Amino acid sequence: MTETHGLAARTAPDGLDARLVVDRGAFRLDVTLTVAPGEVVALLGPNGAGKTTALRALAGLTPLTGGHLRLDGAALERTPPESRPVGVVFQDYLLFPHLTALDNVAFGPRCQGAAKAEARAQAAQWLDRLGLADHSGAKPRRLSGGQAQRVALARALATRPRLLLLDEPLAALDARTRLEVRTQLRRHLAEFEAVAVLVTHDPLDAMVLADRLVVVEHGEVVQEGTPSDIARHPRTDYIAQLVGLNLHRGHAEGHTVRLDTGPAITTAEVLSGPVFVAFPPSAVTLHRSRPTGSSARNVWRCEVAGLETHGDQVRAALTGVLPLAADLTTVAAAELDLHPGAEVWATVKATQTHAYPV
Amino acid sequence: MTTTAKSDAASGTLRGGPRRRRVREGGGRGAPLPLLVPALIGLAFLVVPLIALLVRAPWRSMPEQLTGAEVWQALRLSLICATAATAVSLVIGVPLAWLLARVEFRGRGIVRALVTLPLVLPPVVGGVALLTALGRNGIVGQWLDSWFGITLPFTTAGVVVAEAFVAMPFLVISVEGTLRAADPRYEEAATTLGASRFTAFRRVTLPLIAPGIAAGAVLAWARALGEFGATITFAGNFPGRTQTMPLAVYLALQSDPEAAIALSLVLLAVSVAVLAGLRDRWMTAG
Amino acid sequence: MTTRTARRNRRTLQVAGAGTAALLTLSACSASDDSSSVKSGSSAPGSSSDKLSGTVTVFAAASLKESFTTLGKEFEKQHPGTKVTFSFGGSDSLAASITGGAPADVFAAASPRTMKIVTDAGDASGTPATFVRNQLEIATLPGNPDKISSLEDLTGPGLKVVLCDKEVPCGAATQKALDAVGLGLTPISYEQDVKGALTKVELKEADAAVVYRTDVKAAGDKVEGVEFPESAKAVNDYPIALLKDAPNADASKAFIALVQSAEGQKVLTGAGFLKP
Repeated sequence: MTETHGLAARTAPDGLDARLVVDRGAFRLDVTLTVAPGEVVALLGPNGAGKTTALRALAGLTPLTGGHLRLDGAALERTPPESRPVGVVFQDYLLFPHLTALDNVAFGPRCQGAAKAEARAQAAQWLDRLGLADHSGAKPRRLSGGQAQRVALARALATRPRLLLLDEPLAALDARTRLEVRTQLRRHLAEFEAVAVLVTHDPLDAMVLADRLVVVEHGEVVQEGTPSDIARHPRTDYIAQLVGLNLHRGHAEGHTVRLDTGPAITTAEVLSGPVFVAFPPSAVTLHRSRPTGSSARNVWRCEVAGLETHGDQVRAALTGVLPLAADLTTVAAAELDLHPGAEVWATVKATQTHAYPV
Repeated sequence: MTTTAKSDAASGTLRGGPRRRRVREGGGRGAPLPLLVPALIGLAFLVVPLIALLVRAPWRSMPEQLTGAEVWQALRLSLICATAATAVSLVIGVPLAWLLARVEFRGRGIVRALVTLPLVLPPVVGGVALLTALGRNGIVGQWLDSWFGITLPFTTAGVVVAEAFVAMPFLVISVEGTLRAADPRYEEAATTLGASRFTAFRRVTLPLIAPGIAAGAVLAWARALGEFGATITFAGNFPGRTQTMPLAVYLALQSDPEAAIALSLVLLAVSVAVLAGLRDRWMTAG
Repeated sequence: MTTRTARRNRRTLQVAGAGTAALLTLSACSASDDSSSVKSGSSAPGSSSDKLSGTVTVFAAASLKESFTTLGKEFEKQHPGTKVTFSFGGSDSLAASITGGAPADVFAAASPRTMKIVTDAGDASGTPATFVRNQLEIATLPGNPDKISSLEDLTGPGLKVVLCDKEVPCGAATQKALDAVGLGLTPISYEQDVKGALTKVELKEADAAVVYRTDVKAAGDKVEGVEFPESAKAVNDYPIALLKDAPNADASKAFIALVQSAEGQKVLTGAGFLKP
């Protein structure tokens, strides 16, 4: 497994210290998580990787079949969900449809023994803090997506949890609302003094909201680190695709990296042994015929497999001696007469590649 | 309705052109004939016997038929017992439905089949079964009798028991269906907020499935109101104590069919009034 | 009518196994109006067995079930090629079925009143004859633990008594007996039929019931019968009649004759009925 980063090595009892093992026949989750109070960690991974299972295990909704779970020094493995100091913001919020926003938020304090009036007063404070004072009397179906998300957050925070869990907190929102809510959520999470763990499949959400990313694939942690670290040094195809990099693995000898699949890439770094080579799609230049005067050391013949337009940019997916993603302007794409099946030559300058040991 | 649709279809066929549209106009917003015809037959099948009852009702002698105190006694007893049986069904049937819908346990399929058994059991057999269980010498009833001095047969409470036995499966099935359709994650959300499973059920699930419970309760009430076989077998027939309307109707039928029809109409009118009232207030709200 | 004749013919062919038998049957049919054939059918079974065939459908009161089933088997044995099918039920509902057009040959009712429904509707052929009588009896728990020996004992405090509802024959008869001695009796239930009343005692839910002697007999040792003199005031006549639209009149007459014969009466009295 990968080297743990930063706070993982701490010995202080505060915060979350967990190894979550959930065995379900064909699927096995085995994830180690260590999070300090005040830290926001994102579990990032493709669908079916086990992120949500990990979250449910933390909340006590899915029983652990192994491992351990300690929060601020207290063992929680056998604690039922209602007795855990854990708050959850569910993917589609699951606001109780028959209760007003205020009563949704007051639900937790009520269950913790507060009198009705007291619980409502607390709930009103939370709604106020999240800028929802005007909507306290509204039923969930009258709330917009962003408002509902904040009510769900207020409801989870009102129980004063020591561990806040957010399951795809922005997935239910449309693109425009998402931008706004993401910024707000970041502010609220920054204010939260205990442990926050969020689950997402969206790298942008993860990078904006979290201090640290834990990438989960097939039930295991494949990489963890700060967002910038992971963006620069992806270790799996999934992460490379997420952060928009071409990623290849091979064996370095000096400036040359011979890929496991055959071809070689010339790099700027001098390394030896197994390495990753990464370069952004914008570093790939396309030519209609074999370039002759180019200074680029890496030249490959490829075929266009697909084209996607993003604004005035076109991303071309290429197949050939090695799979590549290349970005170019729509004008350039028109001049090259790119279409699926077209034969092109791709070049990448060694200075634009980045090689790092596995 | 049927004839209009048919003749329209026929004339449309003759003219060749606008057949489909004409059927649509005749049959009401595009209902296809293969559905419309059996639907109307079905409607007629259910409604014509009731109309026949109205047509053949002894309207002229009706006032005399219905002035007897026994009629109103039986009607009052019917309404009280059906309502009590519904209440009993709610108190023990809703938790049973929850158990079947939400708790995984071995033999759940068998338990569900057992719960629905009273639906297929002839009610008279149900009454005999109740006697052997809760009667004076029943396997449970003898203890009720010797420990608490409670005997259920031939009492009004016995009528409630018999009606609840027959009617509760309707409620359980209806509520279980609603529970299965309801998102169990609301209960999970409630537990993460500190609610015990019972609190989650009471404060979240119960309000969410209220429309299903209301529908099931109405079904159970209607079934209890019309209950005959189990009631007469378990609770017997004594005016004012255990003689409900269906029993009065059956016995009137032995000697005076006209009186039986008159009694049936009273029962019919009362139940239609109650169900229509409930529908407006409850069912549409949910 | 043609189909019925054809069916009967086919059955005869199966039995006789010869084409000539069909002719015999046809002649028997044409002679069926002759009432003398009924008598010969019961008194001399051997001589007339080849004349009778087909199915006799008998609608009979529920209390006749055991004895009539026995007699039906006996009839089929005496007249190979015939078949007797029964529909047992409450006399009222049977009468309603007959007046409603049910295809029956013979009706045996538990009371003259129910028979009258059929004769009033003009569905009976000839005058119904009383073939047995049934008397009331008190059914008590086995061993008669409450020491019931008379109708008056039933009014004792704490005793759970069930009666038939006044609307049904056994209830009407009970009321007649009670009225005869001027006794007021409040039961815990008025049952919808005699079997309902008996069941309550069999299951020990009631201490006693007033039912027919035949029911007590049929219940075996599950109840104990107590005779009471007032029952003589409320004896129930059982009439039997051939129905006007009887599909198989000749065989039906033979069956009625068997019920009324010494042999038939023996079976019926064995079940607890009284001779008319």
